[in-house]
Amino acid sequence: MSLSKTTCAALMTRLGKVLSKHALLHDEEALRPYECDGLSAYRQLPAVVCLPETVEQVQAVLRICDELQVPVVPRGAGTGLSGGALPDHAGVLLVLTKLNRILEIDAPNFCARVEPGVRNLALSEATRPLGLYYAPDPSSQIACSIGGNVAENSGGVHCLKYGLTVHNVLGLKMLTIEGELLDIGGKTLDAPGYDVLALLCGSEGLLGVIVEITVRLLPCPECAQVMVAAFDDVAKAGAAVGNVIAAGIIPAGLEMMDKLAIRAAEDFVHVGYPKHAAAILLCEVDGARVEVPEELQRVRQIMLESGAFEVRIATDEAERALFWKSRKATFPAVGRLSPDYYCMDGTIPRHRLAEVLTRIEALSEQFGLPVANVFHAGDGNLHPLILYDANREGDLTKAEALGACILRLCVAVGGTITGEHGVGIEKLDGMCMQFKSSELSQFLRVKAAFDPQGLLNPGKAVPTLHRCAELGAMHVHRGQVPFPELERF
Amino acid sequence: MQTWLPAEFMQTSEGKAADAILRSCVHCGFCNAACPTYTLLGNELDGPRGRIYQIKGLLEGSPVTAQTQSHLDRCLTCRACETACPSGVQYAKLLDIGRAEIAKRVPRSVPQRLLRRALRWIIPSTRRFGLMLMLARALRPLLPSAVQRYIPLAKPSGVWPQVRHSRRMLILAGCVQPVLEPGIDSSLARLLDRHGISAVPVYAGCCGAVSHHLTAAEQTHAHIKTTIDALWPSIESGIEAIITTAGGCGAMLRDYRHILREDAEYSAKAARVTELCRDPVQIIEALPIDAAAKGRRVAFQAPCSLVNALKLEGRVEAVLQRVGFDVLPVQESALCCGSAGTYSILQAGLANELRERKLKNLYLAEPEIIATANIGCLTHLNAASQIPVAHWLSLLEMD
Ligand SMILES: Cc1cc2nc3c(=O)[nH]c(=O)nc-3n(C[C@H](O)[C@H](O)[C@H](O)COP(=O)(O)OP(=O)(O)OC[C@H]3O[C@@H](n4cnc5c(N)ncnc54)[C@H](O)[C@@H]3O)c2cc1C
Ligand code: SF4
Ligand code: SF4
Repeated sequence: MSLSKTTCAALMTRLGKVLSKHALLHDEEALRPYECDGLSAYRQLPAVVCLPETVEQVQAVLRICDELQVPVVPRGAGTGLSGGALPDHAGVLLVLTKLNRILEIDAPNFCARVEPGVRNLALSEATRPLGLYYAPDPSSQIACSIGGNVAENSGGVHCLKYGLTVHNVLGLKMLTIEGELLDIGGKTLDAPGYDVLALLCGSEGLLGVIVEITVRLLPCPECAQVMVAAFDDVAKAGAAVGNVIAAGIIPAGLEMMDKLAIRAAEDFVHVGYPKHAAAILLCEVDGARVEVPEELQRVRQIMLESGAFEVRIATDEAERALFWKSRKATFPAVGRLSPDYYCMDGTIPRHRLAEVLTRIEALSEQFGLPVANVFHAGDGNLHPLILYDANREGDLTKAEALGACILRLCVAVGGTITGEHGVGIEKLDGMCMQFKSSELSQFLRVKAAFDPQGLLNPGKAVPTLHRCAELGAMHVHRGQVPFPELERF
Repeated sequence: MQTWLPAEFMQTSEGKAADAILRSCVHCGFCNAACPTYTLLGNELDGPRGRIYQIKGLLEGSPVTAQTQSHLDRCLTCRACETACPSGVQYAKLLDIGRAEIAKRVPRSVPQRLLRRALRWIIPSTRRFGLMLMLARALRPLLPSAVQRYIPLAKPSGVWPQVRHSRRMLILAGCVQPVLEPGIDSSLARLLDRHGISAVPVYAGCCGAVSHHLTAAEQTHAHIKTTIDALWPSIESGIEAIITTAGGCGAMLRDYRHILREDAEYSAKAARVTELCRDPVQIIEALPIDAAAKGRRVAFQAPCSLVNALKLEGRVEAVLQRVGFDVLPVQESALCCGSAGTYSILQAGLANELRERKLKNLYLAEPEIIATANIGCLTHLNAASQIPVAHWLSLLEMD
């Protein structure tokens, strides 16, 4: 259903009274670059893009949309990898990047209040002079917004020890679709009543628009050291991950990269990783200056015993930063090897790592598409990157089919279809795989409680039961691709 | 990213280059974080990822208007996005292609055209620019003080040492610098002379950067060829290097090979110039210079040309440190100061906002002096700075 002419005219007139000319985009030329987020395979033009600068403006936009029954899709920095910020063609794309002020850094209480458009890394940069930082560090932290992080409940390389976004958010201000401002949580760790805060973390823009976040800050560790261990066999690296954790060590970060991923990252950052490695593990240990070197030696020993042929410890802070830069830039660096990649986000029980990686390799060969692996090994969150060429006919369909097989494999070994990138539009079918219809009904009821008209980010994150039923039928018929209504690369 | 460039365009070398660049972008958005205009405006259309997307649409044949042109115009060509991009997207080359294409499809207003033509006529000509500046200086006392700041006073040109060593290098003078800050090149010449290298000045007018930024290909090629012709006899006689003390010109020389790659007569010569061009820091860091600065507090404003085009990040700072300066940390050091060639004239609002932000960051650690490595940044910052701004080469001679 597209926006009727009269609704569109009314919408533009009313929005025009609230937003300046530059903050209201309507021409196709201006809308085009907003048609997709970090997952550019799915594209859809919105009817209108709004770029509010204040909470009042956001509120006014929501009220107008609610009254006119126009769908609203919130968008942060547009780095999402599941199409969560994919516009609705009959709706408003509500872009929150201009709300990018750090409102308060409360150093004595280890917390900060920020607007949703503040970049994740910008917050840590601002607090570092005070000896504090914001722990969740998605690889996209240089660009992604904290509002987006909350909406996706994002993780990062340091979440193994410090938790996901949900564990580091203390309070939220959220606008409902009716424009009502809810103030949830606060500066303390627990609040009376239901834990609505946890419900909103990861709500993917379906329940409300987040306009302010109070986050927990942590003191910068006294000492942090990172090592890279190189293996000639992916399975050995997988086993080493289990061995480190089994020894009772909780590293600050434990990441794995395979051969293809190493090649891409080296092309960009030139760390000098061992060239012949089939896989490397990056392992960081942090804490008190007296403890870290000792623990690092223990990890080193475990790595060697697990079959690492080389272990190198970053010599100084600059080299440590370089190691992490290379890890965090790996997804886009894969763009050097292939024009397009399709990033998966499944989780698996840690002890099945080696087995799953071997099976992914077999699938990759079967489909004839290379797969690069770079992921949070410590918490079993895989990110197989399927390399394809969107200009080659049929490649995307093949990549999607391979992706679906990988996710089915994750679920089969007792894991899940998404670890941190969210469901968005891309993993709706996966949700049918993961949940029973009774569970999905509960999700839909929560959605209806917040947004009875279903205007907020419609068609995302939770599939309709109808869709899942149809999907069952689709598997029987084969041949038909998911989301035929969407234009695709 | 997937592309649909028209088959006819794909036959051209421009088309092939654009397609390869577009396809190397994976739409991750990392570059937006590094972009000065995205930082100020928060609009995808004013960030590199959005500009790439707009150029893609433009080249694929979607209808475009002055709107798209204005977002491309706002780009500073600082190339911070290239440094940030993990996928190695050659944004500036794509922008050149995009700007040339939109210039054909969207005519500019008459005043805009005149202004651009005037800039291309005055700035690249040392003589015309010198005359204008002389006139302005004569009128300076009559003007309000706010305007006076923008008219730099005449500076001494310093003594150029005799050519006496067997090691020889060229110093390419460029267009505006000999008029605005004639002392910079001669201080480099004296420094080199003390270390057994004779520097020979070459006056060839503009290196082509001004017209290149204003999307005037013909004039750019003409300037480049004039410069090559002026350099060629010395190149043939075996000079070691071509130095330019303006990072912006250095970045341009670095691109000669690429720009004239299809010119039957000049491609080989252009490639040779690109091979020989050096930034002063690349020469000086190898010289045994004495530590004489005794802990003077300096904040270095690293020009985008030096960091993003020449990829010499941190090198000048290291030399200054070695000779005894206390080189202070600068926040947001990668954010452009807003000078960017003619940008400070054509996009004055954004340029001034960026300058204010840059100066605030530079003042933070309370330096005695601000150093930079490009004539554009130097004059742009000096027009508003409360702390004197100097070329780092002049600092090496101060004590
Ligand atoms: C190279 C790369 C690496 C990545 N690495 C990681 C990683 O390590 N870990 C990880 O978890 N993710 C990662 N991601 C995914 C992505 O960066 C995160 O999901 C991030 O949190 C998205 O933030 P954003 O600001 O870009 O949000 P967007 O993509 O703009 O939006 C994401 C979702 O949040 C909603 N939303 C955004 N802002 C608000 C708001 N204020 N209120 C309500 N809803 C809102 C949108 O509707 C959408 O559903 C990566 C992405 C890329 C491109
Ligand atoms: S960082 Fe590079 S690959 Fe990523 S969006 Fe920008 S230009 Fe494209
Ligand atoms: S060149 Fe500079 S201003 Fe232009 S898009 Fe890149 S970062 Fe932004």
